[in-house]
Amino acid sequence: MNTVLTVSFFKAAIIAGTPLLFATLGEIMTEKSGNLNLGVEGMMLMGAVVGFEVGYVTNNPLLALVTAALAGAIGALIYAFLTVSLRANQVVSGLALTIFGTGFSGFLGQGLIGLKMSEGFISNFQKIKIPGLGDIPWLGEIFFNHDILVYFGYLTAVILGLYLYNTRKGLNLRAVGENPAAADAASVRVTRYKYTHILLGGALCGLGGAYLSLVQVPVWQENITAGRGWIAVALVIFSAWNPYRAILGAYLFGGLDIIGFRLQGSGIVISQYIFDMAPYLMTIIILVIVSFKKDIKNAPPKALGEPYFREER
Amino acid sequence: MQFRLVKKPEITQRQYTVIILTAIALALLTSGLFILLLGLNPIQVYLAMLNGAFGSTYRLEQTIIVAIPLVIISLGIAVAFKMKFWNIGAEGQVIMGAFFASYLALNYQDAPKPLLLLGMLAAGFLGGGLWGLIPAFFKARWGTNETIVTLMMNYIALKWITYLQYGPWKDPNSMGFPKIPNFTANAILPNFLGVHLGWVIALILVVIMYFFMNHSKKGFEIAVLGESLNTARYAGVNIFRTILFSMFISGGICGLAGMIQASAVGNTLSVEVAGGVGYTAIITAWLGALKAPWIVLVSVLFAALVQGSSYIQSAFGISAASASLIQAMILFFVLGSDFFTKYKVVFGSEFLTRGKEARE
Repeated sequence: MNTVLTVSFFKAAIIAGTPLLFATLGEIMTEKSGNLNLGVEGMMLMGAVVGFEVGYVTNNPLLALVTAALAGAIGALIYAFLTVSLRANQVVSGLALTIFGTGFSGFLGQGLIGLKMSEGFISNFQKIKIPGLGDIPWLGEIFFNHDILVYFGYLTAVILGLYLYNTRKGLNLRAVGENPAAADAASVRVTRYKYTHILLGGALCGLGGAYLSLVQVPVWQENITAGRGWIAVALVIFSAWNPYRAILGAYLFGGLDIIGFRLQGSGIVISQYIFDMAPYLMTIIILVIVSFKKDIKNAPPKALGEPYFREER
Repeated sequence: MQFRLVKKPEITQRQYTVIILTAIALALLTSGLFILLLGLNPIQVYLAMLNGAFGSTYRLEQTIIVAIPLVIISLGIAVAFKMKFWNIGAEGQVIMGAFFASYLALNYQDAPKPLLLLGMLAAGFLGGGLWGLIPAFFKARWGTNETIVTLMMNYIALKWITYLQYGPWKDPNSMGFPKIPNFTANAILPNFLGVHLGWVIALILVVIMYFFMNHSKKGFEIAVLGESLNTARYAGVNIFRTILFSMFISGGICGLAGMIQASAVGNTLSVEVAGGVGYTAIITAWLGALKAPWIVLVSVLFAALVQGSSYIQSAFGISAASASLIQAMILFFVLGSDFFTKYKVVFGSEFLTRGKEARE
């Protein structure tokens, strides 16, 4: 175990958890508006492939990240149009988006397989040690000596938390997810809130995918997300739709993601493929445990999954 | 502009067909624009796809071979979806069915052929069914979200086969190449009229599932449970048992497809045994409106898309992933078209005059 529970392991867990964090926050935002978007995996793949392609061609990290977020938002727009405007089944629409995103990344990524981002590009994501905080023993190295996107992840979680619980707009958003008819009566523009947050959520998923392809791996491989989008959907339930708790969940699963590889190095004889099951197995176990105790604090937004049709009130 | 939505009365079967066909046409048109953007002639590409899917006896047979697992798995998924149990674990259920069947194929290779094949079919059903029971139990007992559990189990099944293929089941005679030994001839489904026997099994299943879903008590209970939990409860349906039973059937049918793929197509078990068909079948099941006869039609069309895409890959250099893009596009449009079967848009002035008429 000595090679596992080290500072470098926890630090790597944070990195592996960052794409999960972005995607989980994106899906929390989406679900808070009352829409269950199961297309997270697809939007992450769209962001991953567009970010990689743009980054590879232009060598411009900001452009790569922005286009990746846009790609995720475009995927979310298809979903929003179908479910909000056309009131299509949310589960199937989300699945369709995942299938679309997988096809899209396979299509665009065919010529990219095996390509690596240039050294110059990767150097944009060097570790930056935060003065002061970075000097705390152990914790400083684990949390405050990372690339800029990891910090952006922390920031996004906190901003989303403040937005949801401490602003007027956040309150409106939660109202839309809990009881759209009441929100509508209080002259909250339900459709506009839904579209905005589904699209922003998609952008975060796209960004999560791009972190994977541009920073964490930086080599293109087919299906680079390998189910992380789905784990993010589960993490939303695990974190009880709370952005602060999402931080914990994402990094926990980041650790599980890399534990097989680490244990392999430590000379434990169980096959790596068995340990590779860990994040998926843990997701199931956590979902089951969460479903044991049903209390109001852990409940999903009440109108989650239901289309809102004003004339049917 | 002022507009509002009005619910339509029930529409006729004919109107419904027109709307669906329009949606498919629009999907092909949109995909065509995409092809145009790639600098190719979409009509040529579509014709080449048709040619690649149906252009010769050999190609037609290949298309049918792709359609077989799609039909079978869609039938399985339809059982769960009818209950609004979102089983997206078909991929894993296929894999586990193939795993159970392969266990027999590899360990009892000297058993008489009919006996071995029947045993493998039963094992395939059992493997997929048991894999489907796990999320069903969690859902029925604690209401655990089945979408994510079934999906996670796909990855676990896949890792399990990877483990076997690279570890305990690795062929010692493969000179280090990670593959599971090929089945003996005894464990391989024979051909019938040019295509392996799987097509006969698929058609038998279509008939069985048609009657099961439409004319049996259990099938009716599943439909009622899908419509409303409370109605089912008042009607005296045992909800716990119905969920478990139908997921065992759903997973079991997927497992059968796994046995067929391992035996007739792969001739052994490998990580490729399902190859994503469990996900494609979700689309075909949905587009087939969860009805057995429609599922056959949609599955053959989708198989043609897959075969056609791999043909245009060599002819035009378009990635075979274009198949899943076009498939998703069709699904998007059909999902969207459902709206027009239920609602119509009434614009401001028309709405006002109508209101006037009504008042007068």
